[in-house]
Amino acid sequence: MNVTIVDYKSGNISSVINSFKEVAKDEVTIEVTSDLNKIKSSDKVVLPGQGSFKSCVDALNKIKGLTDTLNEFAITNKKPLLGICVGLQMFADVGYEETETKGLGWISGKVSKIDNQNGKYKLPHIGWNQINIIKDSKIFKDIENNSHMYFVHSYEFVPNDKKVISATTDYSSNIVCSVEKENIFGTQFHPEKSDRIGLKIIDNFINL
Amino acid sequence: MLKNRIIPCLDVKNGRVVKGINFVDLKDAGDPVEQAKIYSDGGADEICFLDITASNENRDTIYDVVEKTSKKCFVPLTVGGGVRSVEDINKLLNCGADKVSINTAAVENSKVVIDSSKKFGSQCIVVAIDAKKNGDKWEVFTHGGRNNSGIDALEYAEQMEKNGAGELLVTSMDRDGTQVGYDIDLMSKISSKVNIPVIASGGVGNLDHLVDGIKLGKASAVLAASIFHYGKHSVKEAKDYLDSKGIPVRI
Repeated sequence: MNVTIVDYKSGNISSVINSFKEVAKDEVTIEVTSDLNKIKSSDKVVLPGQGSFKSCVDALNKIKGLTDTLNEFAITNKKPLLGICVGLQMFADVGYEETETKGLGWISGKVSKIDNQNGKYKLPHIGWNQINIIKDSKIFKDIENNSHMYFVHSYEFVPNDKKVISATTDYSSNIVCSVEKENIFGTQFHPEKSDRIGLKIIDNFINL
Repeated sequence: MLKNRIIPCLDVKNGRVVKGINFVDLKDAGDPVEQAKIYSDGGADEICFLDITASNENRDTIYDVVEKTSKKCFVPLTVGGGVRSVEDINKLLNCGADKVSINTAAVENSKVVIDSSKKFGSQCIVVAIDAKKNGDKWEVFTHGGRNNSGIDALEYAEQMEKNGAGELLVTSMDRDGTQVGYDIDLMSKISSKVNIPVIASGGVGNLDHLVDGIKLGKASAVLAASIFHYGKHSVKEAKDYLDSKGIPVRI
């Protein structure tokens, strides 16, 4: 089996690479590439994302054919894909960071700034917060409810269909921090930085 | 609920840990990778490396340390010390650092923070502020505390937030190394001034100081070096203590 981490030149993905390699050991091949053919032929795809919604979408669009290939992979062929942080946010129809930007439109909804209640809550939401698992997601196998995960973000994904939400976290309000829609998975938190419990989520995804 | 973070800091010089945990069963007490692993296994919420390598020819040793550590530790890794340019930040991130802390360069050239936060995202840009009290205000020092910039620390903190810093690592020069506790006044003033998280640093001598940094200093995270050295306190002890004082921590 091979898992491809999409390297679309947006932000720092070395921690994602390190964590997947740590979990995969020698049994699973971890590719890091933006090569369209390699993405097409892989069994699973990881879409990381750091920086702003706009900068990530722009970076995706800069690589010719990449969004089409990802669409084909996740929507047409329904193969497993995991979005992390802005990688998850890009599933939305639209994001409002910097300026209104069109997302991939895989899960209907928007990405807007966390309501900091007039400065009562600091942004970015940085650090360890607990997740409330509200739906049995395949990537949460053997993950206890209220587990701590590492977050760094100022924007939140607000999906229209609440049934896709698999977990929320409490920061100012109940923020969506994990989604599952058929073959598409996403985490707002960083499993690659969430210690052993985060690695377990990566392991669950690899072993889907 | 978001937890307050405990961040042990290791001083690294020429690729080796200075001071450090020094457990008897440690194979190599000077190995930063091994020490960082002990911290992360012990429940550290993040690890911080401060590179204090003085000579330029040994500057590259930190990259190797970061690369090796990031393959073993799966909690956020912050690296600071000697970071001069966007290119330095890029190199550290590529080696596996999750955040880079910028001190002198942020004072000397505001473009470093503006450009790097645009390029890599604010989440990985920490501005380290070394502040020393002068009368009724605090001034920002650079070059490892040797030079006084004369800049007001509170105004500077606000400016750095505007420039794109994701967090501020605030060290009191007056308290650093004294073990008498954080400069609570400085921490709470800066924390109230900005809307980004503040990491308190400088002066921790016991576990109550950590409690004060969060409760009185309003810090989101507390950084400490020497109380974790030589096994004086483990990260777990620190967390259990904070928990017993009603501070939310990840246990």
